[in-house]
Amino acid sequence: MSAVHPTSVAPTSDAALTGGDVSAAGRRGVDLAGTLRSAVMAALLMFGLAVPILLLRTEQGPGGGLILIPRWNLVLVCCGLVFLARLAIGLLGGDQGLFSRARTRKATITVSADPAKQSGFRFAAVATPLFVGAAVAFPLIVYLLKGGLAESRYWIDLGILILTYVMLGWGLNIVVGLAGLLDLGYVAFYAVGAYSYALLSTTFGLSFWICLPLAGILAAFWGILLGFPVLRLRGDYLAIVTLAFGEIIRLVLINWVDVTGGGAGISSIPRVTFFGIPFTAGEEGFAARFGLEFNPMQRVVFLYYLILVLALITNLVTIRLRRLPIGRAWEALREDEIACRSLGINTTNTKLTAFAIGAMFGGFAGSFFATRQGFISPESFNFLESATILAIVVLGGMGSQVGVAVAAIAMVAGPELLRNLGFLRAVFGEGFDPNEYRLLLFGLAMVAMMVWRPRGLISVREPSVVFRERKSISGSLVKEGHG
Amino acid sequence: MASSDAVLEVEHLTMRFGGLVAVGDLSFACRRGDITALIGPNGAGKTTVFNCITGFYRPTEGMISLRHPSGATHLLERLPGHAITWRAKVARTFQNIRLFSGMTVLENLLVAQHNPLMIASGFTLAGLLGLPGFRRAEKEAVEKAALWLEKTGLVDRADDPAGDLPYGAQRRLEIARAMCTDPILLCLDEPAAGLNPRESLELNDLLLSIRAEQGTSILLIEHDMSVVMEISDHVVVLDYGVKIADGVPAEVRSDPRVIAAYLGVEDEEVEEVEAEVGVEIPA
Repeated sequence: MSAVHPTSVAPTSDAALTGGDVSAAGRRGVDLAGTLRSAVMAALLMFGLAVPILLLRTEQGPGGGLILIPRWNLVLVCCGLVFLARLAIGLLGGDQGLFSRARTRKATITVSADPAKQSGFRFAAVATPLFVGAAVAFPLIVYLLKGGLAESRYWIDLGILILTYVMLGWGLNIVVGLAGLLDLGYVAFYAVGAYSYALLSTTFGLSFWICLPLAGILAAFWGILLGFPVLRLRGDYLAIVTLAFGEIIRLVLINWVDVTGGGAGISSIPRVTFFGIPFTAGEEGFAARFGLEFNPMQRVVFLYYLILVLALITNLVTIRLRRLPIGRAWEALREDEIACRSLGINTTNTKLTAFAIGAMFGGFAGSFFATRQGFISPESFNFLESATILAIVVLGGMGSQVGVAVAAIAMVAGPELLRNLGFLRAVFGEGFDPNEYRLLLFGLAMVAMMVWRPRGLISVREPSVVFRERKSISGSLVKEGHG
Repeated sequence: MASSDAVLEVEHLTMRFGGLVAVGDLSFACRRGDITALIGPNGAGKTTVFNCITGFYRPTEGMISLRHPSGATHLLERLPGHAITWRAKVARTFQNIRLFSGMTVLENLLVAQHNPLMIASGFTLAGLLGLPGFRRAEKEAVEKAALWLEKTGLVDRADDPAGDLPYGAQRRLEIARAMCTDPILLCLDEPAAGLNPRESLELNDLLLSIRAEQGTSILLIEHDMSVVMEISDHVVVLDYGVKIADGVPAEVRSDPRVIAAYLGVEDEEVEEVEAEVGVEIPA
């Protein structure tokens, strides 16, 4: 499918290649005029988009009021770039518009496993120890590179953030990737976990290590509670109800001021301890007990390893569950719910377990978040979080553990790296702040992903049981569930 | 027919969808160890009867009882869908094949053994800890799957995704998957649809061996008369949701009402034939 079709190829032979997709074949093999025309159309489309988004800039006027500064140069440069890019794509022969690609892919959906994709499977086998090793060594590497604990704080914090999203992605992967239930309100369970720890520790003085399992259990309980009414729903309806559930939890947190502190949140949540030994400078502190010099970074490094362990537990349990009857039933449910019922599988219970176990890991991550931040408020649990976690799962390739980890790194670290793109100022002028375009670039990257790897980074499925020979399964055969 | 040796008894089954009577007051029985065929022209309500028996539809009226060799009787119209397979031991296949296409052939057969494996895995806990009891149960499950792979000639494809199999093999896999639930009664919805004559013959052999070796009674819907007449012991003919004939294949084949239903009659003769055969066609 990704083969380059020279423009001189006759449309008829192309039609055979694309599995009889007439409209795609018609668009293929166009002459220069056609390419020019589509490039002009793309530039016009860019113009239409750029005028409302890029044209006007507000600035403080001399009188204190805002004045609008038109930036026609920028708009025209963007249109020119799009025109040239479209022209280049057309002339280099990769003239498969976004939409024709999508349709040809559908036409070949019954074609047998693509041997080229088998490499993805081997990649996963090699990548796992590599990733775990890199994650374990990460603080040391940063320490050596930056030459000090205090200097490496930013990077270790970023590592903690990434690992939190890896864990959340793996948790949601159970619900979305394995069971095929589209859950847009996953952040609700993250919030339940965070508030469970915050409330239990500030009210009853329970330690983190007691609260962690409790937070998981409470989140699982809420997962089941949500599951009961919504599991009759499918697809879009399920997505909307879970979305609403996420918002309900957030609104309850805002409005139930007596318990949750409302919009002000809960502050001075107890910090994490080294299994009971606090990370303080005093005599009872971690440093004094272990004969080390006190350094506030010890707590941060401990937090890093804590979330690493939690994430790895999530991963191991998920891998294990996939090979158990329950995991196989989840995947079967994603493939065909009616067939599951005809085989005597209680689909309601199976879906509920997926919701509950997914929610439990969300709850663990939530209580980790609370102890790390020391302060939580409903603002941290808005829909954007759910969308980010879901994007990680979809981007990674639904059901693939390594893919989710890579996607989490890309989704969280990618925007952070964009902060450091100062050299672009030389191109776009002194006033250019790459930070402002983070989300735009990010969106472009997502669109590119969906064009080239619509099934996610790792789209092959690894069988849960092997009879004689291990073979990976092409993503085109694996269904995505009802959502 | 003696009801004492009946495995499935359908009594006064009626299924209405709004004003449409898909099945009207249908009664028949399948004897234990028999291959019973349910035939009829398109739209006669055969699949509706299947959906009622296997719990996908709740019948408007009527009783469907399944008798186990132990004497236990299950009223299928009262059981939830999944319990019909798990408790009452009725398995089915679908007219449009419903395999788990992204899972391997072996995985398909293991999903069919979900309930016994769930119990063996201590509802996941023992399995999560990797206790030996579960490992043993899983090994047995794979052996049972291997047995059915052998019978259906799919051993070489065990590790291929089910969606990659050719059509005939998918049909056989669906039967193997249904048999992995250890059914008392196997309901096949057009198992020979889309098969070539050679595959049809192989299917006949497979069904006969299932009956001979497993003692499973079979109820099948079929259009392919070479299958129906060759292997079935008993044929029930439906037309417009009403039973028009019931008997051994030779009897049914020569029944004028069946011939009329299948071949049709000239327009001007319709009323005459209807009066003659006593078929009431719901408006």
